[in-house]
Amino acid sequence: MNASPFTNPSTGAHVRSVRSDLPGDLMEVSMGPHHPSTHGVFRMIVTLDGETIVRLKPVFGYLHRNHEKLAENTSYLGSMPYTDRLDYLNSMTNNWAYARAVEQLAGIAVPERAEYVRVILAELTRLLNHTCLAGFLMQDCGCSGTPLMYAFREREKILDLFESLSGSRMMCNYQRFGGCRVDPSADWLARARQLVEEYGPFLDEFEALLTGNEILLARTQGVGRLSAALAINAGVTGPMLRATGVNHDLRKVDGYGVYPRFQFRIPLGEHGDVYDRYMIRILEMRESLAILRQAFAGLPAGPIMNPAAKLRGFRPKVGEAYGRIEGPKGEIGFHLVSDGGPNPWRYHVRAPSFINLTILEDLCLGHTVADAVIILGSIDIVLGEVDR
Amino acid sequence: METLTQLRDRIAALFPAADVVLATNPSPSAQHALRLDATHARAIATFLRDDPALQLDQCTNVTGIDWPEKEVVDVTRTTVPDPAGGAPRVVEEKTRRIEPGRLEVVYHLYSIALSHGPVVLRLVTGNRTDAVTLPSLTPVWRSAEFQEREVYDLFGIVFEGHPDLRRILMWDGFKDHPMRRDYREPDDYEWEPTPHGDVLAKAKQHYPAPAPSAPSTP
Repeated sequence: MNASPFTNPSTGAHVRSVRSDLPGDLMEVSMGPHHPSTHGVFRMIVTLDGETIVRLKPVFGYLHRNHEKLAENTSYLGSMPYTDRLDYLNSMTNNWAYARAVEQLAGIAVPERAEYVRVILAELTRLLNHTCLAGFLMQDCGCSGTPLMYAFREREKILDLFESLSGSRMMCNYQRFGGCRVDPSADWLARARQLVEEYGPFLDEFEALLTGNEILLARTQGVGRLSAALAINAGVTGPMLRATGVNHDLRKVDGYGVYPRFQFRIPLGEHGDVYDRYMIRILEMRESLAILRQAFAGLPAGPIMNPAAKLRGFRPKVGEAYGRIEGPKGEIGFHLVSDGGPNPWRYHVRAPSFINLTILEDLCLGHTVADAVIILGSIDIVLGEVDR
Repeated sequence: METLTQLRDRIAALFPAADVVLATNPSPSAQHALRLDATHARAIATFLRDDPALQLDQCTNVTGIDWPEKEVVDVTRTTVPDPAGGAPRVVEEKTRRIEPGRLEVVYHLYSIALSHGPVVLRLVTGNRTDAVTLPSLTPVWRSAEFQEREVYDLFGIVFEGHPDLRRILMWDGFKDHPMRRDYREPDDYEWEPTPHGDVLAKAKQHYPAPAPSAPSTP
């Protein structure tokens, strides 16, 4: 923060509208749970010194339905549709993470074509999530409507593809242990390829509208800075972590699926502020387009399901596994413990936006309430996943 | 990275008083674990984070697991030679024992700096009722902050040294720990305007039947 006359020299807090030498009481404001900027039912108890945040405690659980208990009372396959409802923007990657954990638990091989299809769907999901996030972030900045509608127009095209493949726009329930549920047709692949070709020009248009925008720069640069050391220690993952300059992407680190076959770069930020988090997502979308083109070109023929994989009456042997993938919001993982029965003995979801919220208070201290709104927006939370 | 056995031996050399057990995982994932004793857990965790060969700087995942008391039947087979000179017999001896209930926390550690992992740590409580305190690893990895709160909320494990141990998903006045295997919801938990089936049976225990309305007079 620059040393302006508005910086309180004793606390270092950036005070904009009140004289810092005036004695005054702290004020506690309860933001939410029903507030349009909280992306669902989320509450922040904010303590203010003038306009500056000195304490912030997130409160959530309003959408808690004990997802993990539900999963422990149903079969392994029966939990697959529930995973759609975690992060309801990204059901394809949730499905994949769960399928991957079960595949590790029971040692199920996945056919090559299914791995390619999974990559295609995961990268489409990443496009969808990041486009929406950029739109929501603009809405949080007070740019009412236009960018969000641009984003939703494109999102709808991807959802159309998901619908024609899986039967549902958002609750796809598409991945299975050892493959995918249905094989994409040649027509579907042609339409997906068409979408990818049209997405680059859309991103150009979107960026022309936003990236250099003076108001966006003023609102986001230097706001909500996160240091790399804190990000690693606090378990922050995904674009949030890479915006601080840490080169950590599970697609490269774990090299799961067929990702090692594709050429792509990992965009990294420098300052760890809200603007970097926005920019990382735009750059990641461009890399996703590159991955998608390579995946379409390399998609092999063959079965979509491992014929040896058993779905109904599936009873993995005693043991446990933690499977994780790089979801659009960060590392999404499932920890499964099997006692040899038809239901998991323990089923735990490592939800990226839940853990990324750990540092919300650290990011918001010293900022104003209006900045807290866009900091929360840049973390990219979905309450279905936070509350589970 | 060194194997888990080597790591266990190295920890045993550094912390001679600590009880570190290798917990094998029979599943194909082969993610074996180290079971630590509560007294030394935080010191060992700090060592795992700071050791230059390990640098396990990220604690990705924290899971609570409930293991209620259960009866286990151990079968021991002994081969008894036949005194008459025939084929030896196999005698099966079954012993029943009660495996005491316990709660467990599992930490999955990874290294971002050196790109390896997972190293899995397990901590076990004494029982499920009064000895449910474990050391918090939040001072070592901040990422455990919300996750340990969640385990406290849903399983009832008390983390000593946690900076802010409150319920996180359930509301503050909530009494029980819903992820325990033997959790039963209070039977007046659900209310429906037109109860039927089980809910009606439960509701009758708690709410008296409404008085029959007076017959309408013409």
